[in-house]
Amino acid sequence: MKKSILLCHSIKASLLALTLSTAMNAASAQDVNLYTTREPKLILPLLESFTAKTGIKVNTVFVKSGLIERVKTEGEKSPADVLMTVDIGNLLDLVDHGVTQPIASKTLDEAIPSHLRGQDGQWYTLSLRDRVLYADKSLQLQSITYEDLAHPKWKGKVCIRSGQHPYNNALIASMIAHNGLEQTEKWLRGVKANLARKPAGGDRDVARDILGGICDIGLANAYYAGQMKTSAPGTDARKWGEAITVVRPTFAKSGGTFVNISGASVAKYAPNKDNAVKLLEYLVSDEAQGMYAKANFEYPVKSGAPKEATLESFGPLKVDPTPLTDVAKFRKQASELVDRVGFDQ
Amino acid sequence: MNRTLRWLYRFEGGIGWTSAAFVISLLVLAPLASLGWSALHGTTQHWSHLMNHVLPNATFNTLILLAGVGILVTCLGTGAAWLVTAYEFPGRRMLTWALLLPLAVPTYIIAFSYLDLMHPIGPVQEAIRWVFGYQSPREFRLPDMRSMLGAILLLGVVLYPYVYLSTRVMFMSQAANLIEAARCLGESPRGVFLRVALPLARPAIAVGVSLALLETLNDIGASEFLGIQTLTVAVYTTWVTRSDLAGAAQIAMTMLAVVVVLIVIERKSRDRQRYANTQRMRPMQPTKLSGLQAVIAGLLGWAPVMVGFIIPASYLLYETIKRINLVGSISRQLLFAGWNTLLVASAATLLTVVLGLVVAWAARRWRETRTPSLGQTCARVSSLGYALPGTVLAIGLLTPLLLLDHGLGQLVTLVTGHSTELIILGTMTGLVLAYTIRFLAISTGSFEAGLARIPASLEQAARLLGESTTGTLKRVHLPLLMPAIAAAGMLVFVDAMKELPATLMLRPMNMETLATWLYGEASRGTYEEGAVAALAIVIAGLAPVILLARTPQRIGRNAS
Repeated sequence: MKKSILLCHSIKASLLALTLSTAMNAASAQDVNLYTTREPKLILPLLESFTAKTGIKVNTVFVKSGLIERVKTEGEKSPADVLMTVDIGNLLDLVDHGVTQPIASKTLDEAIPSHLRGQDGQWYTLSLRDRVLYADKSLQLQSITYEDLAHPKWKGKVCIRSGQHPYNNALIASMIAHNGLEQTEKWLRGVKANLARKPAGGDRDVARDILGGICDIGLANAYYAGQMKTSAPGTDARKWGEAITVVRPTFAKSGGTFVNISGASVAKYAPNKDNAVKLLEYLVSDEAQGMYAKANFEYPVKSGAPKEATLESFGPLKVDPTPLTDVAKFRKQASELVDRVGFDQ
Repeated sequence: MNRTLRWLYRFEGGIGWTSAAFVISLLVLAPLASLGWSALHGTTQHWSHLMNHVLPNATFNTLILLAGVGILVTCLGTGAAWLVTAYEFPGRRMLTWALLLPLAVPTYIIAFSYLDLMHPIGPVQEAIRWVFGYQSPREFRLPDMRSMLGAILLLGVVLYPYVYLSTRVMFMSQAANLIEAARCLGESPRGVFLRVALPLARPAIAVGVSLALLETLNDIGASEFLGIQTLTVAVYTTWVTRSDLAGAAQIAMTMLAVVVVLIVIERKSRDRQRYANTQRMRPMQPTKLSGLQAVIAGLLGWAPVMVGFIIPASYLLYETIKRINLVGSISRQLLFAGWNTLLVASAATLLTVVLGLVVAWAARRWRETRTPSLGQTCARVSSLGYALPGTVLAIGLLTPLLLLDHGLGQLVTLVTGHSTELIILGTMTGLVLAYTIRFLAISTGSFEAGLARIPASLEQAARLLGESTTGTLKRVHLPLLMPAIAAAGMLVFVDAMKELPATLMLRPMNMETLATWLYGEASRGTYEEGAVAALAIVIAGLAPVILLARTPQRIGRNAS
């Protein structure tokens, strides 16, 4: 009978699938499992050299959103060892949702300044990412403040991605920390009025749209400019990168540039906790920190790590002194402000 | 009708089949229940903010987008189907399957391609500047693609094949006799289309348009590229940026409720109509066009194929060749990603077709009754997975998958004495289940429509002659359903292959599909490599689409 044949087939198929997936899932003790919201190939050179040094294989899964939900649901059986993400808010969310565990490591404590890690060893910064201004080369812009972006002289000349994106959210939160909610609202309305197009796409689109004559300036993370400017000659990315200069804006009050972080935590139920700690320790070694700069154009978190020429060409980086944990407190207000102003509409 | 009888009618599809359908609909309900649970357990503190500042605009945008895409896909889909069915002109045969090609292009790839092509520094505007002697894009620019109109056009040209496919099958298998009758009675060609073909095609149009609109509603990739703030984007930002999963679940569940109401209304409005045909299926005799008319017909017919497939595919091909010239090769991991995609998409297709068949069979009508049977309710419920955005469905699935995992884990421990790792959640099995739940609507809908075309008298006759329910399915209906099965299988396969959000959240470690590969490239900004993956998705989607395109022709050929 058809039904029993169908049933038989589906049982066979599901058994096969189960066997397959269990085999895929079986990670050996010599592994470390990395759940990341960062595209793993960005840090692939780092992971490969870690494996070469220690013999520990790194298994990765790139979970764009829902990393917390997945790890939380997986619970005690979760294979995750290291959770890696960008943006201070996302890192603190990991801790708040209870998916991390505290670790103690002298190496990590020595390499990372204390305001860039959780005091209880629940999260660690691995690299710094400054949010900068891309400007049309012909403008020969030397300096600018974040506040200036709302100045009417930029009317119809500013490009930016969605105000709800974590990179902008953190910057707006930082603006609130500096100038208060009321001033920030005024500022954001000013920026909105200056937009050349709807907030859309990603940070690289700012460079592309500047080349396309849609806008003159825009906010984006610095490392994208590094990537574009060093892309293979002839590629589109290279052309976009060459159309812009990078200016490091500052907050009027502090004179510092807004810097966000990428970081990692050890998962609460990490089956390979020792390996997880080893991986984190490796990532703050001089070698790995140098690679962060060279391969990714992110600033090393460890002082004294080797410098990178393209990054240096953007000029000196003066980090805004407001602690990121304070900035993170204003995330919700920043997000609501974006809605209230209708920034993305 | 007495009460017992009415109760029995609820099991019209057979008790065994109905029970099986019931279990399947529970599977689809599980993620909804888990979402409903989080929606109920959230606070409503965000609502005043959302109601004041987010939802009005998002709702407005969503409605405009849906209306625009709805109109466009109806016109393109129905128009194209009528054109290739009612008229004969040079190139028509090729056009009948070429019209399906845009189906192979996911919405996020069409957005990404046209953004590049139509950008001020892209080839189109560069050519325009060259022709008119402008020096730089600052002197002359076309309007930005990143607008509502751009979104409607781009989504419309890749989603119309859903309508084309369903209406064409309807025109081919149903319309011939009635249309010829209308012609004989002196109706004009326009009248034939408007007064006979269109009303006949209405259920088919409804099926196609609702698939296209659900895909529009749940799209997030293209909206992100094009900067359109839809309700689905609002769900996403409420969850991710506003860190309010419960709030996101509340919006998503409300959207789902609206979708369900609309679908129910649409179904109710054509409840009394029956479209079954006892005559043998045969294609209608097309009117021969010649001269200018033939040229115009050809141009009209090829336009959507051009915009929805040929242009973006050629662009991706060009970028890929450029990439290969620059770098020298395509990475081997991309081939692995292709293999993984094939594996999960095939497994999901198999499962979706089998489960869809069970549900549709349990939901069939073989008596004239208006009481909805339990099987029919199950069929409606089984289609809900498609009405949710992929990301939301994936969040909702986490807990049910874990529960399933625990259950199976205990079973395995009981049998083998070993404890297990997670065998469903975060494995390929989990992913296949997610695809199945998401795409069950496609197979169920297609089989239901297929069964509705088979007259109830066939089953009545088979049963009178002593055949069992299962035997009737096997010996009478399955052979008749083959075209529908092939069509549904292909659609599910292509959709599973393109699926991105649920894959991103639920896939196992070290596993890339073509879609996640493309997404990874796009997030890293290596667009040229992204083009290679995008082309791979389009090409992989091409084979099933072409196979699919051949099915309705075969119906015609076999029957004539």
